[in-house]
Amino acid sequence: MSALLAVTDAHVAYGKVEAVRSVSLEVGANEIVTIIGANGAGKTTLLSAIMGILPLKGRVAFAGQDLARLDIEDRVARGLGLVPEHRELFVTMNVEDNLELGAFRVEKARAKASMERVYTLFPRLKERRKQLAGTLSGGEQQMLAMGRALMGAPKLLMLDEPSLGLAPIIVADIFRIVTELRAAGVSVLLVEQNAQAALKIADHAYVMELGEFVLKGPAAEIAANERVAASYLGFQHEAASAL
Amino acid sequence: MNTTIMLFLIQDGITNGAIYALLGLALVLVFAVTRVILIPQGEFVTYGALTYASLASGQMPGTAKLALAMGVVAFALDVFAGRKSLHVRLIARSFLANIVLPGIVLALTLYFVAQKPPVAVSIALSLVIVAMIGLSLYRIVFQPLAHTSVLVLLIASVGCHLALQGLGLLFFGAEGQRGPAVLSTAFTAGSLRFTGQSITVYGITIAFIVGLWLFFGWTLYGKALRATAVNRLGARLAGIRTTLSGQIAFLLASVIGALSGILIVPITTLYYDTGFLIGIKGFIAAIIGGLVSYPLTAIAALVVGTVEAFSSFYASNYKEVIVFMLLIPVLLLRSLAAPAVEEEKD
Amino acid sequence: MNDRLPILFFALVMAAIPFIPGMPPFWIVLLDNIGLAALVAMGLVLLTGVGGLTSFGQAAFVGFGAYTTAVLSATYGVSPWLTLPLSLIVSGVFAVLLGLITVRLSGHYLPLGTLAWGLGLFYLFSKLEFLGRNDGISAIPPLSIGGYRMLDPASIYFAIWVAVVLSALLTVNLLDSRTGRAIRALRRGHIAAEAFGVHTPRAKLLVFIHAAVLAGLSGWLYAHLQRAVNPTPFGAQAGIEYLFIAVVGGAGYVWGGVLGAAIVVILKEVLQSYLPLILHGSGQLETIVFGIMLVALLQLAPAGVWPWLTSLLPLRTNGKAPDTSLLLPARIRAAGASEVLLQVDKARKQFGGVIAVNNVSFDVQTREIVALIGPNGAGKSTTFNLITGVLTATAGSISVLGRKVDNAPPQEIVKLGISRTFQHVKLVPDMTVLENVAIGAHLRGQSGPIASMLRLDRADEARLLAEAARQIERVGLADQMHQLAGSLSLGQQRIVEIARALCVDPMLLLLDEPAAGLRHMEKQRLAALLRQLRDGGMSVLLVEHDMGFVMDLADRVVVLDFGTKIAEGTPATIKSNPEVIKAYLGVAA
Repeated sequence: MSALLAVTDAHVAYGKVEAVRSVSLEVGANEIVTIIGANGAGKTTLLSAIMGILPLKGRVAFAGQDLARLDIEDRVARGLGLVPEHRELFVTMNVEDNLELGAFRVEKARAKASMERVYTLFPRLKERRKQLAGTLSGGEQQMLAMGRALMGAPKLLMLDEPSLGLAPIIVADIFRIVTELRAAGVSVLLVEQNAQAALKIADHAYVMELGEFVLKGPAAEIAANERVAASYLGFQHEAASAL
Repeated sequence: MNTTIMLFLIQDGITNGAIYALLGLALVLVFAVTRVILIPQGEFVTYGALTYASLASGQMPGTAKLALAMGVVAFALDVFAGRKSLHVRLIARSFLANIVLPGIVLALTLYFVAQKPPVAVSIALSLVIVAMIGLSLYRIVFQPLAHTSVLVLLIASVGCHLALQGLGLLFFGAEGQRGPAVLSTAFTAGSLRFTGQSITVYGITIAFIVGLWLFFGWTLYGKALRATAVNRLGARLAGIRTTLSGQIAFLLASVIGALSGILIVPITTLYYDTGFLIGIKGFIAAIIGGLVSYPLTAIAALVVGTVEAFSSFYASNYKEVIVFMLLIPVLLLRSLAAPAVEEEKD
Repeated sequence: MNDRLPILFFALVMAAIPFIPGMPPFWIVLLDNIGLAALVAMGLVLLTGVGGLTSFGQAAFVGFGAYTTAVLSATYGVSPWLTLPLSLIVSGVFAVLLGLITVRLSGHYLPLGTLAWGLGLFYLFSKLEFLGRNDGISAIPPLSIGGYRMLDPASIYFAIWVAVVLSALLTVNLLDSRTGRAIRALRRGHIAAEAFGVHTPRAKLLVFIHAAVLAGLSGWLYAHLQRAVNPTPFGAQAGIEYLFIAVVGGAGYVWGGVLGAAIVVILKEVLQSYLPLILHGSGQLETIVFGIMLVALLQLAPAGVWPWLTSLLPLRTNGKAPDTSLLLPARIRAAGASEVLLQVDKARKQFGGVIAVNNVSFDVQTREIVALIGPNGAGKSTTFNLITGVLTATAGSISVLGRKVDNAPPQEIVKLGISRTFQHVKLVPDMTVLENVAIGAHLRGQSGPIASMLRLDRADEARLLAEAARQIERVGLADQMHQLAGSLSLGQQRIVEIARALCVDPMLLLLDEPAAGLRHMEKQRLAALLRQLRDGGMSVLLVEHDMGFVMDLADRVVVLDFGTKIAEGTPATIKSNPEVIKAYLGVAA
């Protein structure tokens, strides 16, 4: 049985600078995989390239199918979802419209069920469903971004820095929901600077430095690695104590 | 000042303004969705008007052939773009939309032209022809440039304007044309005389504005279009194809343009290059609305129309100068109101 | 300089062309037209390609030049040579008037604005009585030197091409100068340029005037070539065509303008003479082809023909190393001044309902490295922007050496000796490292645009470049000095930004995440450099996420969380501060 997502020997260039070099990665079914690393290590670049936002040299296979010739929209339709770092919400539209559009490629009946599920996961969104997305707080916007991605019924959800700029208590909430997603059969590829929190919930982890993976393995093993502890855990960049 | 004259000028201004409002709305729509500043909107007006007028007078409009020619190019681009993974279904769909449909329309046009078609048929054919041209224009010119800057898109847009206007001269000649009125009744209220045509103009403008409001507020596709306008990447991540949104926007814009042309060609004589000037006035309204606000654009269009009517009465020589220079204080206000600040995040 | 040689060669070739035996007079007419178009296109290159301001309205400035001389020389009998400065002044004055409005417009409003006034002025030309309305003005006297009257296209040829070569030379000179660097930085946004003292609206207005004056010159020559003017060649269509010329040639290159003019004028001629034969039509067939070609060009070769052509030639980009022995006067530092260099007092910044910086107070002493740390979104970059004048504080005050600088624009802050780097690198990617760094020394040079065009700025320029080269060597990038900034790795680009900031000769250096993207060794070198700067008397305020780097380097640490200062102290006390651990560090170190 092959992995749900398999990236082989991927290179991504930003102009002339190669931001990701020779990276290989696998995410299995029902699995949380995290990529940790410092600012500018190339984590966001890698996710964008897997999603098709940036051109990638190498092979990306999803559910056994090569993604090379598929646009972003087709990848979404095949069950790959991304919650980007900047969330990219439709800020002048209300919460419900944002969610409804998340299911643009899903048939109506299923969209309805998805909406119920999202509202159960994020009761806050249901309370605010007629509010404009741009007027939500940072944490609520993150929830809406995740909710919108879930409306597309993804098999794999990629989350880029979901804890960015959020209060510790909300970060805890978001990470709890990520584990619930796994329980519901959605795999998660999580990019985080908050290494501690990420390693706690992940099954597997990759450590990225200057565009390359320098370490990979089961999350518990990575968390115990001395070098990782020194570089990423000793002094945390984020509110790691939240968990 | 004589009240009758004033009322007459206001009525004239509102009739013109209604047309500018339609065009302005289309421009705002296209810009918001595709970031294209649609200079060739004026050519949609000309093509719609002159195709209608030609058909009504039993002449073969060159636009019908142009639609087929552009369809062939669009189909070729589709095949070329999909050469690595040729999906029979996609190619067949492209063939139907880009070649079979314009082919049928061309055949119908040839059939009807010989027997001076009724007004309704002329209108329908004109609208379909211009809509096909609009769609192909998006496919051929703007879809390949979708990732570039607003400026590149603007320059390309100007290029389209040049080419389409030149073709307009080729198809319709340098002579002006007029078309038959859509509604030829008239009635008077007090000292004002309302023609059926001006009533049609008001009616259709209002219908379109309400229609657009319903479309954007209540349908999934309308919302998808708005979503693309608000956040292109966000829309793509939701699975909304940018090209689909672009096609819908161009379809609406070309239909609106052609319809505007059909509405005015019974009132004023239209030349192959008149559309550009009319389009630019819709533009002024759109810019006053900041290229984002629909209601502001509609109101601004009425102001532009009224200013034009009054200046053509009092200073007819300087009518165009006044209308175009109206833009300068507007731009000044716009730039004083909101100096652009670059994003810098924590 | 060696890059002037090809220009000399070009001038000689152009001078020789009319003497070629059997040269058809028609070709000379074409060359005249090419020269006229090239003048306008050259201005557009500076305006659009280099400065990033797209104008569809240049034809109107040609009109100003042409009509000024037409009215004065044909109606009032003024000598054409006297009308030359007047034509240029009229174009220039209208450029100032229109430019004051236009250059303030952002993004796509600007080209639309130019399109609108281009159309408006065209109608004005064709309606004004004293400009002869649609008929225009005829019987314009020819140019004459002594008794030699330039009556035919062959005789005015020299006047046109002398103007083209001189204008190209002046324009190239302008670009290769202090002012030129400021202009070239415009396209990449104004924040970085302003942080080093460039008045961006003034720089934009300058290119606007330059382009308008070149267009006016073209108009003046046109009037005396045709000996008659009417509104047609000054309409929107012509304005669009000039832009087309610039895009075809290569909008970023002065010689691209000349090349573009040649291509388009010749093409137009060919199309006009052959298309009607092929298509059996009448009227503006060439515009159809033009429009289609413009679109095709944008899709296939958006950079234009000139860069494609030069890439075929084996051109050296050797770039001479500046003579680093030349010195700029150092900043006069008030002796025995207060120990507090920077004082931030209850600074507050609100964006709508969000408080990004909430009553934050801290100071930076002389010879001190202070680190600002905190989670993403804690308000660190906003604090930087408040200090450097990019943003104005909602409340509170900021003083430098005891003097309040509230609401001072970035250009004033940098004069006080505060320079900065940016979290998102803001270099001009198609300029060399040396040129980018030299922008940092902008305020330490005096030469204006006129001096630059006439090359009277060389001594000043050499000192600026020497300073830039010294700072590049200091940060250890001497080998990359002549490479394009965009070709460097992100980490190196951050170091280039530091060199640029050092060119200010600052008292306080503000660094926004300088270590991000650096390798271990590079980080150590950077730390050593910063310590050396401190020991030399400079202060440093830095935002950084790499705690190892910060704790090792900083004398003092200020911790922000949700816009509020939660702690301040030496690295050792911060590491053990329970609140900091809770909000930021996560676990006790």
